[in-house]
Amino acid sequence: MVRKTRVRGSGSDVVDVVGLGGGNGDSPTEPEAEGGALPVHTKQIGLWALLVTITMLFAGFTSAYLARRAAGGWASIPLPPILWVNTLVLLGSSATMEVARRALRAWKLGALKRWLTVTMVLGMAFLGGQVLAWRDLARQGIFLPTNPHSSFFYLLTAVHGLHLLGGLIALTVVLIRAWQERYTPYHPAVGLCATYWHFVDLLWVYLFGLLFVV
Amino acid sequence: MHHGHEGNHEAPQSFLRRYIFSLDHKVIGIQYYLTALFMMLVAGLLAMLIRIQLAWPQAAQPWLHKILPGLYDPNGIMRPEYYPMLFTMHGTLMVFFVMSTAPVSGFGNFLIPLQIGARDMAFPFLNMMSYWTFFVGCLVMLASFFVAGGAAAAGWTAYPPLSALREAIPGSQWGQTLWIVGMVFFIASFTMGGLNFVTTILNLRTRGMSMFRLPLTIWAMFCVAILGLLSFPALTAGAIMLLFDRHFGTSFFVPSGVVIADKLAPHQGGSPLLWQHLFWFLGHPEVYILMLPAMGFASDIISVFARKPIFSYRAMVYAILAISTLSFLVWGHHMFVSGMSPYLGMAFAVFTLLIAVPSAVKVFNWLATLWRAKIHFTTPMLFALGIVSLFISGGLSGVWLGQSSIDIQLHDTYFVVAHFHLIMAGAALFGVFAATYYWFPKMFGRMMDETLGKIHFWLTFVTYYLTFFPMHFLGLRGMMRRIYDPTQYDLFKPLQPINHLISVSAFILGAAQLIFVFNFVWSIFRGKRADRNPWRANTLEWTTESPAPHGNWRGPLPVVYRGPYEYSVPGVAEDYLPQNVAPAEVKTVGA
Repeated sequence: MVRKTRVRGSGSDVVDVVGLGGGNGDSPTEPEAEGGALPVHTKQIGLWALLVTITMLFAGFTSAYLARRAAGGWASIPLPPILWVNTLVLLGSSATMEVARRALRAWKLGALKRWLTVTMVLGMAFLGGQVLAWRDLARQGIFLPTNPHSSFFYLLTAVHGLHLLGGLIALTVVLIRAWQERYTPYHPAVGLCATYWHFVDLLWVYLFGLLFVV
Repeated sequence: MHHGHEGNHEAPQSFLRRYIFSLDHKVIGIQYYLTALFMMLVAGLLAMLIRIQLAWPQAAQPWLHKILPGLYDPNGIMRPEYYPMLFTMHGTLMVFFVMSTAPVSGFGNFLIPLQIGARDMAFPFLNMMSYWTFFVGCLVMLASFFVAGGAAAAGWTAYPPLSALREAIPGSQWGQTLWIVGMVFFIASFTMGGLNFVTTILNLRTRGMSMFRLPLTIWAMFCVAILGLLSFPALTAGAIMLLFDRHFGTSFFVPSGVVIADKLAPHQGGSPLLWQHLFWFLGHPEVYILMLPAMGFASDIISVFARKPIFSYRAMVYAILAISTLSFLVWGHHMFVSGMSPYLGMAFAVFTLLIAVPSAVKVFNWLATLWRAKIHFTTPMLFALGIVSLFISGGLSGVWLGQSSIDIQLHDTYFVVAHFHLIMAGAALFGVFAATYYWFPKMFGRMMDETLGKIHFWLTFVTYYLTFFPMHFLGLRGMMRRIYDPTQYDLFKPLQPINHLISVSAFILGAAQLIFVFNFVWSIFRGKRADRNPWRANTLEWTTESPAPHGNWRGPLPVVYRGPYEYSVPGVAEDYLPQNVAPAEVKTVGA
């Protein structure tokens, strides 16, 4: 079974070396940390826990939304058409993120860099499109405090946008490291970014549905 | 595949890297603990001001005007509109910045890697960030006292419309906004910590350390982390919406028709009840976040000083899991009088009483552990026994309050104040003290003074009961919460002697903590030097040096062969059997 060891390169770089032997980075003769740990990379557990917590945040917002909608006095805002474009752009960015992830697995570093860049651009385009949606509504005189639906629209898109921005920041860091050719096929960083990115994408589809479909 | 983490770093050299921006879980744990102690001082002083006011509401105290001219008029009488700020900030600081921090972020960070046999937490950099985020949260909360209008004054529960309208009372302006911002920082910090705890406990246990060989302290921290990750987001959502209602004109929580300062508020159609649901969805698991670590400490410490295994380890684990799960189903018992359907109230009441069952299992198991044990009454043991005592007292009044029929009478009275102080401030606080005396040698390489410890215990224990138990009677007689002068009602004038007793007790209780602080500081420098395992305990932290070094063990990580409660095992020479002693090396007695 291939195990990965972290080896300190020169300076403060940490280079991941694919090899055999002790897995937890202590001295090579160290017995591995093996108290029945899950067969999952440690960082993935942290990420899934984070996704659970973010889900709960939007569950809180959802219950607030549904409660308010059921309470009456509800006026719906029109759906800004650009949101359809934004949704497609974000779904596309998930696809390109997947291509990037698989490129790393195949150790195609050039493809990795390209597709990560495309994903970033699409992500930024999505955020730009969200701003355009806000401006579209503003032009119609629909602002944050106008009515409950508009309040939730601006609130949910803002909070979602912030989480997407966090993903973009992570993506930037990963992209920089990809350009420095620091990733080997089993390095978890790109996969972790991909998981988060898909989550934010799915979250948007859910919010879109909650706000305008259901 | 489980992999090594960034914890495998060389010992840092500079002062900044060693003590300020340390990545070492032990340093971070102590940073959290000391900051929480400071916040406890602030919150404790607020409590003293509350007690002065309640015992002698009409008495002029000019010296107080000199210290706090904003709070007291020149005659030394408290300005009534500022009283809410006292209990708001006392509650907020105590619940979040002291009692969620010291046991969980403080001791959790310190102990988890040591007790599971790891070099550090899974994400040391995130750990460091979590502390400094918490620190910023503390600064924001403390800063709120100095802004125009003063600190938040809508109760630690921040119910709208009071918390949503900036013209309401002093404290409703920037104070309340800073409260929200401070809470966001706190929640961000707690979330980072929660991610770290869950990941570390799941993936970094040493060889042989299966989940069912973990000390109960670790089980408690694990469940606390999960509780936090699942429940804090509800408050985050609410806090963001409250911020919007306050500053951006939305109406998530503010209904139509609210008139404040003779003006009609512009909000329309919001629901204050929505806030209550969101708040208490966190609020109830939050109190178990406060209580579970103390239960873990109690189990570990009682076992050590009774020299007996904890009675039914498995039942204790299942009880922790049951309490954690049920804690999500009971939040409505804080809202029995909010106008909910009596059937919904009944559902919440049933689950609330149900949660008493695993709690009782734990109490009976502690008692069974103590039964016929040769008990060593050291200071940590005394505090651990105090946990059990206060948990029983406080828990029983919870059974009263959990029934909606009784709660309708007792809600918002001092009966509730008695209940939660006995449990949270009592049992959970005693947990912090027990843990401090017990793990001090591992943190600082020295013992705390036993004599001072015992004096601290007895003074605290007695005055604790004297301060909070009489509050049950105040509540039964109808004295409400959050009132700045009970004597304004003739009905409550005869209760004043009880208020005097409570206040005098509270002053002694507060003063007694100075003994603890002195002992703590003095012992760091002059305490008796501790060896590896001064308490002759089984868990892994006692297999390394005192204080624990960078990387926790100088040699290889320990390997675990058994559970943590093998005390007084028949046939074994010693009355304890550490987790890491190989079976071939166990010294036996006789044939």
